[in-house]
Amino acid sequence: MQVIAPSEKLVAPSHTGAQIGRDVAGVLLIIAAGLAGYWLFPDNLALLTRVIAVALMVLSLDLIVGYCGIATLGHAALFGAGAYAAGIACVNGVTEPLTLIVIGAVGGAAAGLVMGTIMLRAHGLPQLVLSIAIVQLFHEAANKASAYTGGSDGLSGLMPSPLFGVFEFDLWGQTAYLFGLILLVFVFIVLKFVVSSPFGMLCRGIKEDQVRIRAMGAFVFPVLLKMFVISGAVAGMGGALAAISTQVVGLDSVSFELSANALVMLVLGGLGTLYGALVGTVIFMGFEHVVSSINPFHWMTMVGALLIAVVLAAPKGLSGLTDRLFASGRAKGGR
Amino acid sequence: MSELFRVEGLTKSFGGLAVSRNISLAMPAGERLALIGPNGAGKTTFVNLVTGQIKPSAGRVVLNGDDVTDLGAVRRVRKGLVRTFQVTRLFSDMTPEEHVTLTVLQREGRASRILSRFTGDSTVADEVHGLLGALGLVEVARRKVGEIAYGQQRLLEIAIALALKPKVLLLDEPAAGVPSSETPRIEQALERLPPSLAVLMIEHDMDLVFRFAKRVVVLAAGEIIFEGLPFEVAANDKVREAYLGNYANARSVA
Repeated sequence: MQVIAPSEKLVAPSHTGAQIGRDVAGVLLIIAAGLAGYWLFPDNLALLTRVIAVALMVLSLDLIVGYCGIATLGHAALFGAGAYAAGIACVNGVTEPLTLIVIGAVGGAAAGLVMGTIMLRAHGLPQLVLSIAIVQLFHEAANKASAYTGGSDGLSGLMPSPLFGVFEFDLWGQTAYLFGLILLVFVFIVLKFVVSSPFGMLCRGIKEDQVRIRAMGAFVFPVLLKMFVISGAVAGMGGALAAISTQVVGLDSVSFELSANALVMLVLGGLGTLYGALVGTVIFMGFEHVVSSINPFHWMTMVGALLIAVVLAAPKGLSGLTDRLFASGRAKGGR
Repeated sequence: MSELFRVEGLTKSFGGLAVSRNISLAMPAGERLALIGPNGAGKTTFVNLVTGQIKPSAGRVVLNGDDVTDLGAVRRVRKGLVRTFQVTRLFSDMTPEEHVTLTVLQREGRASRILSRFTGDSTVADEVHGLLGALGLVEVARRKVGEIAYGQQRLLEIAIALALKPKVLLLDEPAAGVPSSETPRIEQALERLPPSLAVLMIEHDMDLVFRFAKRVVVLAAGEIIFEGLPFEVAANDKVREAYLGNYANARSVA
């Protein structure tokens, strides 16, 4: 008999270094893709800005679903809270765009606090039902409070002042798009730090096994609630961006449909990587745009077919698929 | 002897079924106690009661002179009452290094910080490597837990528990499910536990019990039926009856 295992020390190289390298590359890729969109589709900047606003929401959804393991079908409540907070502030004379984004973040965070406090009382399916109930309540509240929100007509007449007092929000949406892109990149970098902090690791642990986390001496509820607040702030910024760029806030921004679509985008792109949220949003909304212009009647069928294909071929989402390709490429290269 | 940990009259019933009946037990610092008993005797229930996963119907748990009966599981861990699990509960996507780092940060109250780095603190890293080294896990420190051997996962359970700097450690079948070729490593790890730590171990492997424990408590049908030195256990009639039922009597008659 031979001794099989040679003694090997610390097999994998320090992966934190490689991780940082990959994240820098990832951020550069996002910026490149964003600028490419700007040059390639100058006539569709309004749509692209909408994609960025929704991407912020899907990113924030990834924090809850992908990192904490809490399924929610009510995430538009946070997006809408930010949109209405920024919209109402703008109509009432606060027109500075950055301030409006901050107001949106605060509005979303407050909604996240409320939603988290309620949802975290339940687990599993009841929790999912609660999330739907909450977004419906938010929707109804926005509908009824028409004096402030414009009700079903929507809140219109938002006139944000020029960014930094210089860049007007023009008809073609150039300012709004570039502003949104910078905001997205900034938020993405901050979130990368958040998910790799001790707090982020704790959330990943909670996602896998709450009993184990408690046996480590950590309370679960405050950690998850904190993540809900962070997620709310991010979704709220997305809402505020949508409000500023379209200059309207409609009831659809607090709808169940938007919540469900956001979850579909996240699953499409892949959970728990942040990249998946971006990939999923771009593909879903791009696909929706292209297919609905080709066939306005059956585009939903096509979206459904795409979703089924992705879920069957790449259960971990599209970003999981690329990871797998890279992994197999490395394995082949190594041999 | 100065006792560190005590349970008094611990009782738990689910409806009419009493799964723990009036269990009283005390442990001094440095204790090595084995809790044995047939399947369904209520051993894991006892650990759950002591660590606060379930609430007792009656009785008290006292740690270091403080009554902790009304505290939840998390607060008991923070006071030094730590357990491992019979079936490994680990995060399959994380590495042993990450598990222990998270635990050390948690013990220091730094695990929920957002504006902080997970890696890079050299005192924490040194402690983590010390713990992983003591349990022979350095080789697999940076592999995902899902990819390492089950015996190593059991050792990691112990490493996590030790990273909490417990005063009382409850090991729920540390060698359960481990192939016999790997049991010596578990045993070695148990021998190296800090001497001042009070350890209660549930175990079915009697060889391990005899080598590890200085004292043995036998639980049957939720009750303590024997308490004494390891070599006395096998000779005790009540214990034989609990394990073997009527066959024990049949044999003693024959």
